[in-house]
Amino acid sequence: MKVAEFLKRITEASGVSGAEGEVGTIVAETFRTLADEVRSDVMGNVIALKRGEGLPSGEHPRVMLAGHMDEIGLMVTKVEDGFLRFTTVGGFDVRTLLGQEVLVHGRRPLRGVIGCRPPHVLTPAENERVVPLQELFIDVGYEEEPLRELVRVGDFVTVRREQIELAGGRLAAKALDDRAAVAAIGFCLDLLKKRRHQWDVCAVATVQEEVGLRGAITSAFGVAPHLGIAIDVTFGSQYGVPEYETVEMGGGPPIGLGPNFHPKVHERLVETAKALEIPYQIDPIPGRSGTDAWAIQVTREGIPTALLSIPLRYMHTPVETVDVRDIERTGHLMAEFICGLDETFASELGVQVRRLNGQGGPTCC
Amino acid sequence: MLLRELVEADGVSGCEKAVRDILIKAIEDRADEYRIDALGNLIAVKYRRSRSGAGVAKVMVAAHMDEVGLMVTKVERDGFIRFAPVGGVDPRVVVAKVVRIGEERIPGVIGVKPVHLLEPGERDRVLKFEQLAIDAGMSGEEAQRRVRPGMYASFATAFELLDEGGLRTVKGKAFDDRAGCAVLAELLAESYPFDLYAAFTVQEEVGLRGARVAAYAVEPDVAFVLEGTVCDDSPKEKDTSPTTRLGAGPALTVMDRSVICDRRLVQLLISEAEAQGIPFQVKQPGIGGTDAGAIHVQRDGIPCAVVAVPARYIHSPVSVMSLNDFENTVRLMRGTLQRLQGGLEL
Amino acid sequence: MKELIKSLVEAFGPSGSEDRVRDLIAAEVGKVAREVRTDALGNLIATVGSKGAGGRRVMLAAHMDEIGIVVSHIDAKGFVRFGGVGGVFRLALIGSRVRFADGRIGVIGSEQKRVEGDLPRLDQLFIDVGAKDRDSAPVKVGDVACFDRPFVDLGGRLVAKAMDDRIGCAVLVQVLKELGETPHEVHFVFTVQEEVGLRGAQTSAYGIDAELAIAVDVTTTGDTPEARTMAVSLGSGPAVKVKDRGMLSHPGVRRWLVETAEREGIPYQLEVLEAGTTDAAVMQTTRAGVPAGVLSIPTRYVHTPSEMVDYEDVLGAVRLLVAALRGPAEIG
Repeated sequence: MKVAEFLKRITEASGVSGAEGEVGTIVAETFRTLADEVRSDVMGNVIALKRGEGLPSGEHPRVMLAGHMDEIGLMVTKVEDGFLRFTTVGGFDVRTLLGQEVLVHGRRPLRGVIGCRPPHVLTPAENERVVPLQELFIDVGYEEEPLRELVRVGDFVTVRREQIELAGGRLAAKALDDRAAVAAIGFCLDLLKKRRHQWDVCAVATVQEEVGLRGAITSAFGVAPHLGIAIDVTFGSQYGVPEYETVEMGGGPPIGLGPNFHPKVHERLVETAKALEIPYQIDPIPGRSGTDAWAIQVTREGIPTALLSIPLRYMHTPVETVDVRDIERTGHLMAEFICGLDETFASELGVQVRRLNGQGGPTCC
Repeated sequence: MLLRELVEADGVSGCEKAVRDILIKAIEDRADEYRIDALGNLIAVKYRRSRSGAGVAKVMVAAHMDEVGLMVTKVERDGFIRFAPVGGVDPRVVVAKVVRIGEERIPGVIGVKPVHLLEPGERDRVLKFEQLAIDAGMSGEEAQRRVRPGMYASFATAFELLDEGGLRTVKGKAFDDRAGCAVLAELLAESYPFDLYAAFTVQEEVGLRGARVAAYAVEPDVAFVLEGTVCDDSPKEKDTSPTTRLGAGPALTVMDRSVICDRRLVQLLISEAEAQGIPFQVKQPGIGGTDAGAIHVQRDGIPCAVVAVPARYIHSPVSVMSLNDFENTVRLMRGTLQRLQGGLEL
Repeated sequence: MKELIKSLVEAFGPSGSEDRVRDLIAAEVGKVAREVRTDALGNLIATVGSKGAGGRRVMLAAHMDEIGIVVSHIDAKGFVRFGGVGGVFRLALIGSRVRFADGRIGVIGSEQKRVEGDLPRLDQLFIDVGAKDRDSAPVKVGDVACFDRPFVDLGGRLVAKAMDDRIGCAVLVQVLKELGETPHEVHFVFTVQEEVGLRGAQTSAYGIDAELAIAVDVTTTGDTPEARTMAVSLGSGPAVKVKDRGMLSHPGVRRWLVETAEREGIPYQLEVLEAGTTDAAVMQTTRAGVPAGVLSIPTRYVHTPSEMVDYEDVLGAVRLLVAALRGPAEIG
């Protein structure tokens, strides 16, 4: 699989949280060529099953890989005098919106621009001020009457952006958060086609992560995995952000460490990276990880969970930037880790029960 | 003394093993069975000794093993150790304190710029975590080798008795919620007319995470949560609530940010306290949240109550509580659980 | 239906103390439903119908609880300090009256030092219950109260406290009475503790394991002077929710409601709410996910003691739900 090509297709597709249909279709088509079964659930999560050979005992423990395919976006709140008022879906920096080109997903897709008033008419004080969301509008070039026929309250809006190849194997695009992870999962499944593994793999492209991990909450419940790995992006070193808040671009996948993650799974991922001589980074997270891993871990009776990240610059803008090698390494690392999952590891992760004396045992059923 | 052992152990959220090991030893000869789940919760079971007919069959009592603390985020080349808080730590309380890092319990200090060198206005500004570092006295090379990102650090505080008579006050860290753990271990010494699931939970301080999966797994009919809770009874300008008062007995929750307690269970606790002549207090509503917040909404709903030992200065390196309150909490819980004999109209 | 609305909105029922509202509703639905039960957290669940061809297990939810206050401290002079139960709106507090479970009234006053010009914080307010000192105060720490305000019928428009969400409860009761034959197994759930975190809906949705879920709740409007931009107004019909802070409606459920309204000629509006959410947010993420939507009653002055709805919107919501539930749910 060519990561950059798959990425181009999925990042240029639209899929704002709650409306992931277009990108989901492409992901499902691709996963169908890599896995045994693909289905989508009530929320729209795309779930691919690649069967393993099973343990010697005949059991088939499942590992869930989760990368979210939704992107942050906008939504029309009102049609007003031929202009569209809008709100955000997910965490936008409103400062990035002035002068962006957008696509309004109305009865048919409409090209539009987010207008701004020219400097000539602004006072110096107005120039200093961030234009708040309530004052922004989208102009699709139509007048009020035809516009009302084409656009309704609640229609989604995405930023228009084609993938850009930068020097040194880096790419810029919109929605790399978190389609870079979807690409890493695809790459991993592709590698697994030529490998033997005992555990079943449930690869999930989740929905609605940006508005509250909602797709992971329901898909993890449905899949009920024995081990969960979330793949997300994290802050790559960039201008204007202190070094201790970032990871190295091209430095390999950061592996999460902290309360959200099972220490044995973390350890095994590190050992696997070392054995493969894949560069990796340690990513200490003292609490809430803000990723699908946070939801997966507390599903049902508790699920051993890990997080692999992909370093990414300029998060939540339409010029998110990644190093393709980091995506490939993440895929390699997952594939190798999955091939090493066996019966021993399954029992180490399971609930440990100890009976203490002969008189115990439930007295009723 | 189990309480001393528990509060002198380190168990920051996500790294509760040392506390769990102490508790396993303490309950081994009291429980019938225990299990450790995927998140690290210790769930000990004491089965009822006879079939006692209708009513409540399964009761979960929970106390959390974890405490707030710090996590190493980066070891600088010069040996200084950057850190971030785990759970709700006020950055103002960590300045000039002693900590222990990792399983090896490497000692370190959190230093601060000498007062002599402060710029005008600087001493009025609160220091942020990003401006602080742990100094373990190590060279850069040694620090890089022995201290790694992701290691936990915990306040280094000894347990001591302050007042032998009176309120029998003690000081130490992590009374929130090792006090609850110690009460719960005591409760396992007796048998009850139902199966008792003693859940020593993990990760309460980072979002009630252990209790949530434990309650889902156990599926109890009712649940109690034991806590070490806010006590703010120092003198204040305004006549407002102290949240709880030290020495005034176990604190019962009516509602907090995470739960509205089941009124039947609260009433049961009050009746038992009155019958036994145990002092009790109602905690200021609306303050804080506990594992009950996660437990009561599991599956199709679990009625919950919260009983807490008041502790001053929680979430800091040193807190103060009264052994009288602690022992009264044990008595109140023991009696209340026995009262569930006839069952609760559920 | 106005009598029903009046009795529901005037009842006492802050989150966690919904008993009286539950009793009123139980008396209304007892004769009509196949089964009525109260679950472990206090949700009232009335069930009708059974799953026929094209039918689903449907959960309809409206919350019984209202915002209120809880006593946190009584000072030496008998003044009562309090905290909020749910999102109390500070702007609406001073001079308000509160009513305790036993009917006792208190008035809300404000400290005067250090709050000049500014809106006082909750901890700068107090309730005067007419006591002379702490010992004679007729309330205790932990007692809850609701806001006290009678129901007013302005003709086309109705005003009361707790329209949020007794108006939803009234709609559900009316739908239950009018529904008749349905291919669905419909659970009418009158939930508890919505205002403090959607808690009753979370557990009842798990228990029912629904295949389709709809909440009926209030939403704000953009039709008052200098209001925040919002394309919802009073009297333009019930609103079919697209998005709020807690959920994005299932597109199929949304379409089903819209198509039903268009087929039946019922006016409706589409709603994007930028603050707040409803029980549907947790119903949607129950178990492996439930297709969920919301039918909203446009309401002015939400979370004040004078919430205003339009009666035609209410009747429209009843008609829409009855029409939808009488046929199969084509949600794709």
